[in-house]
Amino acid sequence: MAQTMQFDLVSPERALASMQASAVQIPGADGDMTAMPDHAPTITTLRPGVLTVEGPDGSQSYAVTGGFADINAQGTSVLAEKAIPTADVTAADMDALITTAKEAVETASADLKDVAAKNVADLEALRSLLNV
Amino acid sequence: MPSLKDLKNRIQSVKNTRKITKAMQMVAAAKLRRAQDAAEASRPYTERFNAVLGGLAASVGGSDTAPKLLSGTGSDQTHLLVVMTAERGLCGGFNSNIAKLARAKALELKAAGKTVKVLTVGKKGRDSIKRELGDAFIGHVDLTEVKRVGYDNAQDIARDILARFDGGEFDVATIFFAKFVNVVSQIPTAQQIIPATFEAEEDAGASTLYDYEPSEEAILADLLPRGVATQIFAALLENGASEQGARMSAMDNATRNAGEMIDKLTIEFNRSRQAVITSELIEIISGAEAL
Repeated sequence: MAQTMQFDLVSPERALASMQASAVQIPGADGDMTAMPDHAPTITTLRPGVLTVEGPDGSQSYAVTGGFADINAQGTSVLAEKAIPTADVTAADMDALITTAKEAVETASADLKDVAAKNVADLEALRSLLNV
Repeated sequence: MPSLKDLKNRIQSVKNTRKITKAMQMVAAAKLRRAQDAAEASRPYTERFNAVLGGLAASVGGSDTAPKLLSGTGSDQTHLLVVMTAERGLCGGFNSNIAKLARAKALELKAAGKTVKVLTVGKKGRDSIKRELGDAFIGHVDLTEVKRVGYDNAQDIARDILARFDGGEFDVATIFFAKFVNVVSQIPTAQQIIPATFEAEEDAGASTLYDYEPSEEAILADLLPRGVATQIFAALLENGASEQGARMSAMDNATRNAGEMIDKLTIEFNRSRQAVITSELIEIISGAEAL
């Protein structure tokens, strides 16, 4: 049997998942990465995307935005500002997120405009990926 | 001396009041449980967030390039006080205790020659702060329509504060809220959020050598604004639980007082009824004797 590690997914309002996982695919700000047991300790920020957890009882995926992942010897924890199981994501959720992100582009200062614009692009990519 | 009818009416009206306060106490108890659950559910996020942020801050904090949110603007001339209170009254000293703490702090800062600005969250605090510190009042966040405080609300408040910070409106921000200890005790607390402060983290977080993706500085710059929202969210939840706790014990007291009052009025009612009976008897007897 494959090795497993502790995986936690928490959002500010509640803890969404706490389970054993053999691999976690994380949408990192600099690109996707997969964390497996004994991964080097890493902290990465997240971009809006799909987080997939593979465990002994099958895999689960969540749409996450904003936050970071902390991979260390004890396991992997992902702290996301918003995390919704992909099956439960509705078009209204995505619309709301994209609208707020677009507003942020309008108000962002010059040096942060690119970051905000990338956020919108990521959200739109997520939306087409989830097909909602 | 009030007539029998007056007494009867008063007893009835106090009984009605007792029913209302009793109902309010039970509603507060139910809401308190919900508020506590919400606070409990947010704790893992807040704790981990602060642990990671604390570790990052400790390693980057000393450098000159540290973000302003962490190192400050280099001055502490203008202070922003964010006063969080309830939207409703009838919760004992809850609102006035928080306002009192904020007021004391404002006066202390003013005496030291600093500029004070006040942002209020919650209607009750706004009313009393506006009265006493009218010139320092710069804004209000309305949560009257919000049934259940969510992270989005905290994010909105944080965005407002950060925009003001970026605009150079203040140097130091402190939030005022009541820490929930138990139903009878809520401690008004002041917590500095900008520049960020962290309790010293000695455990695992600091000792593990992490890889950072992207750079340490970039992560810190991304996380610090989120940290402000997280702290505000935690404070809002804590405040929500405190408010319900304070209301519960205030209403418990009110119910008990109403009970005592009913007892007292009932005794008075019985006494005067007996007095009436006695005087009627005397009248009958003396009338009979006169014949």
